[in-house]
Amino acid sequence: MSAAEGQTKEIILRTRGVGKTFGKFVALNDISAEFSRGAITSIIGPNGAGKSTYFNLLCGAFAPTKGSVEFEGKDVTGLPQHRFAHMGIAKSFQITSVFPQLTTRENIRVGLQALVSRYDIWRPRARLTELVERADELLALVGLWESRERAAKTLAHGEQRALEIGMALASQPRLLLLDEPTAGMSPEETRTMMDLIVKLAKERTVILVEHKMKLVLGISDRILVLHHGELLAEGTPQEVRQNEAVKRVYLGQREH
Amino acid sequence: MTGATESIKQPRATTGSWYEFATRHRASIVAAVILIFPLVMPFTALAVNILIYGLYAVGFNLVFGYLGLLSFGHAALFGTGAYLCGIAIVHFGCPWYAAIAAGIAGGLLMASLIGVLAIRTRGIYFAMVTMALSQCVYYLFYQAVDLTGGENGLRGINVRTIDLFGLRLDFINPMIRYYVIAAFVIAAFFVMSRILASPFGAVIEAVRENEMRARASGYDVTKTRLLTFVLSGGFCGLAGALQALHLSIVPIEILHYETSGLVVMIALLGGMGTFFGPMIGAAVFLILENVVSVWTVHWQLIVGAIFIACVLFFPAGIWGTLIARGRR
Repeated sequence: MSAAEGQTKEIILRTRGVGKTFGKFVALNDISAEFSRGAITSIIGPNGAGKSTYFNLLCGAFAPTKGSVEFEGKDVTGLPQHRFAHMGIAKSFQITSVFPQLTTRENIRVGLQALVSRYDIWRPRARLTELVERADELLALVGLWESRERAAKTLAHGEQRALEIGMALASQPRLLLLDEPTAGMSPEETRTMMDLIVKLAKERTVILVEHKMKLVLGISDRILVLHHGELLAEGTPQEVRQNEAVKRVYLGQREH
Repeated sequence: MTGATESIKQPRATTGSWYEFATRHRASIVAAVILIFPLVMPFTALAVNILIYGLYAVGFNLVFGYLGLLSFGHAALFGTGAYLCGIAIVHFGCPWYAAIAAGIAGGLLMASLIGVLAIRTRGIYFAMVTMALSQCVYYLFYQAVDLTGGENGLRGINVRTIDLFGLRLDFINPMIRYYVIAAFVIAAFFVMSRILASPFGAVIEAVRENEMRARASGYDVTKTRLLTFVLSGGFCGLAGALQALHLSIVPIEILHYETSGLVVMIALLGGMGTFFGPMIGAAVFLILENVVSVWTVHWQLIVGAIFIACVLFFPAGIWGTLIARGRR
């Protein structure tokens, strides 16, 4: 469970006092946190706690209105999102987001291509055979090899979620950000996904946003609890479970 | 990994083998059809029109069908190509090949200008901004009377012979004129096929399919859109230049928003986002216009009704519907 304890405590990602306001609404206020390399860190909290906002700041989908984000010691605050992918940060979406009309394999191949060729209008892409081979490896890893020639829109919900993870992996991230990866999944699919996440975390850092606390207690090295846009608690699953403030928040709206 | 390369040439869901064959040899098929086309057409002038409007629609389709943005200002790209080609000949006495190059450059340049201003908007806003900018271009050319002839159009683009490495081709002869223009159109089709099969071609479709996902994957969506729009401008500029050579005059109406609307109709009719669609759309539309206008002066009524019927019953367009049938 605590795989990170034996590892170095190197910090891969750090936020210093980040906040985000939408007009007058303060979605997130002054959050400072550090994320260790190689660990699984989960960000939990009830609805409207600011989890998704925080997540979007981490992956560069939008810039914070104050504070800064640091990745591997570099200040990345306010960089355009596509640059985050180039640096080694990849994300999956809360609501499934794939290229619906393209085949499963082409979805991943396009993800891979972003690292190699983005503006080449002349060479045939059929020559980039290594991308297809890498795509096939990733398809096998996320369990979609059988569905490789199907259009992504025809996949079942759980398969689309898996495809999404595959696409996030395509950019060879050192940091993988997952936004509610099990949203809308059956218990069976959820178990498969959790196993996959643990497997992926062996080779890279994972940050997970999750609504259901129970789900992440077992696999996380560290947990951040957000509430009303503030950092309510932080610690190992054990510490968080026993934290009085966390208990109040989660009991107040019935733990899932 | 024997099946490994198929998905690249054919990124969409698996379909019938005839479709795969057509996709693999798409540019050659177009070339073959274009070469025999005038032999089955009643008059060559119509065949030339179909070539030119087909090429215009092919350029437009790159933005509309492949990138998924509806531009209502493509007349500016087509028209600038025509005017620059004409101006190069009339005012600067350029040879025909330099004039065509000027037309392509004009299309690229105008697309860069319009693109930089419009590309951050999307949906109806993109359509409106491109339309407004193309109206600006219309007035610009309308006012520059010394250069463009204003409302009389630019006259006197007389290219009688095409010199090709010592070979003198009689450009007045309709058949020779057709094949000279066809050579450019076929070359453009090969270039387009190449672009669509390139890594960038995959990026264009990815951006159309899911902009947010493309961005998260590491693609600069704005830059991709701009580059696609500029490429589209090159094709439309070439089409415009050929139109100027063909008509010997550039009428100011070429910049009118009707020219922008026409290409939307042609692309929809043939099948947006398909390789052959725009050419088929141009052929069907112009032949219909030609045939029906012989019977009645109210040809627009009938062609309009046919167009509406097509959009209602075959929303994927003529070629798009055929592909869908082939997939079953």
